[in-house]
Amino acid sequence: MKEDTVIIVENLTKNFGDFTAVNNISFEVKKGEIFGFLGANGAGKTTAMKMLIGISNPTSGNAQVAGFDVYKNPNDIKKNIGYMSQKFALYDDLTVKENITFFGGIYGLSRKKIEEKRCQLVEELGLQEIVNELVGSLPLGWKQKISFSVALLHNPKIVFLDEPTGGVDPITRRQFWEMIYKTAHEGTTIFVTTHYMDEAEYCDRVSIMVNGKIEALNTPKKLKEQFKTSTMNDVFLKLARG
Amino acid sequence: MSISVQNISKSFKDKTALKNISFEVQEGELFGLIGPDGAGKTTLFRILTTLLFADSGTATVANFDAINDYKKIRNNVGYMPGKFSLYQDLTVEENLEFFATIFGTTIEENYDLIKDIYVQIEPFKNRRAGKLSGGMKQKLALCCALIHKPKVLFLDEPTTGVDPVSRKEFWEMLKRLQTKGITMLVSTPYMDEAALCDRIALIQDGKILEIDTPQHIVKHYPKTIYNVSANNMYQLINSLKNYEHNYSVYPFGEFVHYSDKRNDFNPTDLKLYLEKQQLQNIQISKTAATIEDTFMELAK
Repeated sequence: MKEDTVIIVENLTKNFGDFTAVNNISFEVKKGEIFGFLGANGAGKTTAMKMLIGISNPTSGNAQVAGFDVYKNPNDIKKNIGYMSQKFALYDDLTVKENITFFGGIYGLSRKKIEEKRCQLVEELGLQEIVNELVGSLPLGWKQKISFSVALLHNPKIVFLDEPTGGVDPITRRQFWEMIYKTAHEGTTIFVTTHYMDEAEYCDRVSIMVNGKIEALNTPKKLKEQFKTSTMNDVFLKLARG
Repeated sequence: MSISVQNISKSFKDKTALKNISFEVQEGELFGLIGPDGAGKTTLFRILTTLLFADSGTATVANFDAINDYKKIRNNVGYMPGKFSLYQDLTVEENLEFFATIFGTTIEENYDLIKDIYVQIEPFKNRRAGKLSGGMKQKLALCCALIHKPKVLFLDEPTTGVDPVSRKEFWEMLKRLQTKGITMLVSTPYMDEAALCDRIALIQDGKILEIDTPQHIVKHYPKTIYNVSANNMYQLINSLKNYEHNYSVYPFGEFVHYSDKRNDFNPTDLKLYLEKQQLQNIQISKTAATIEDTFMELAK
């Protein structure tokens, strides 16, 4: 594996019975890159992502994530990545502070390290007022920002974000993307799915999945040139339904 | 008047969900409630569909009072809640039949109204609703909300989490329904969908920020907006945020939307500043405000 390549996917396939959810996909993602993983509902994005984060075995093909093989070392993958699901996954009935402590513990951080991380998060996100509030009582935008930060607690090499901004207000959505930029700038790779096509423009490179296959992969600029349109929305519309 | 809302307020314990909301929707109008999660949209839908009492204020739907005539309202409206609420373990066809029967009608009687939508899911009519894809669930939910030929249709975030292609198709369906005389109140967090409504209300924190046509609402933006781009997006955003004269800085796809505090703003000054920040390929050009710009300005 080349030094600066953190995800290598070769001919990855997943079948459920006679249905092929992910059909022979191949791509690479570099360190510090923001990689947009787009596709219509049901195109196979979540299935592909589950294989990459080590919770679903591929039917065939190869993949290495953060230097580890998805077949042989799925647990090493889990230790070296962060994952934020489209469904809110922190504990609603724990406070912000308790959630951070809990997930820090799960990732095996020392008490001292957790304390340090917590102070840093409170400072960076301006959580002073809400650190002792139950997470369930917070607005969605806050929840998402905290989820993202929790996914980064253990300094993962790659963070997978599955529709992190769905339904979030436009200002918070932008603050969220500024967090993504900052994280990528510091060297963490971002692998993100979204249905907001303006967000596709924020990615360094974008892949578009259609019926289990990757039908396009390039920088947003090149994709727009290739499909002779002025927006990623039009690129998506042209591709996703043939 | 198809929907009339006068000074509606609603609180849950110490949390105010709606603060003195008023608006009217004309017959046959496609009216959009545009706002993020937690703005109060669902509470308003629940009040108008007679599932919840307001603390104060009055509302009528299809000229029936939301409290005194609630049964008549229920017979005359269709409601597609944000959360998928059909029977997961009934098939597509069984769900549709169930809702038709509840409202004392049959699928055949109003088939015309749902035909365009139903044909797309008919190949799967024997599949259980719980096993459908997101897009198909949504189409089935719409059919079930329409099967009794409602006068008014309430759609609570029908396209949240739905991909751009399916969203486009869904809005085309709504436009076709509008030609059949159905009044629609639809909520969405997607600002680009606002442009497809006849009129919109921007809502945040239980308050209506503005009501107007999508074409007019963008004219209320108080500043000139510039598209700014450069070789490094992250650095560009940071540099613009640190620029002492900035009024607003928001990433917008491949550009950053920038507006300046000064009335005599000269883009050349900004270009010089950005060049000093080691940015390259700097482009600055005027652009028109979008609904999203307007929303963010009002929500500040």
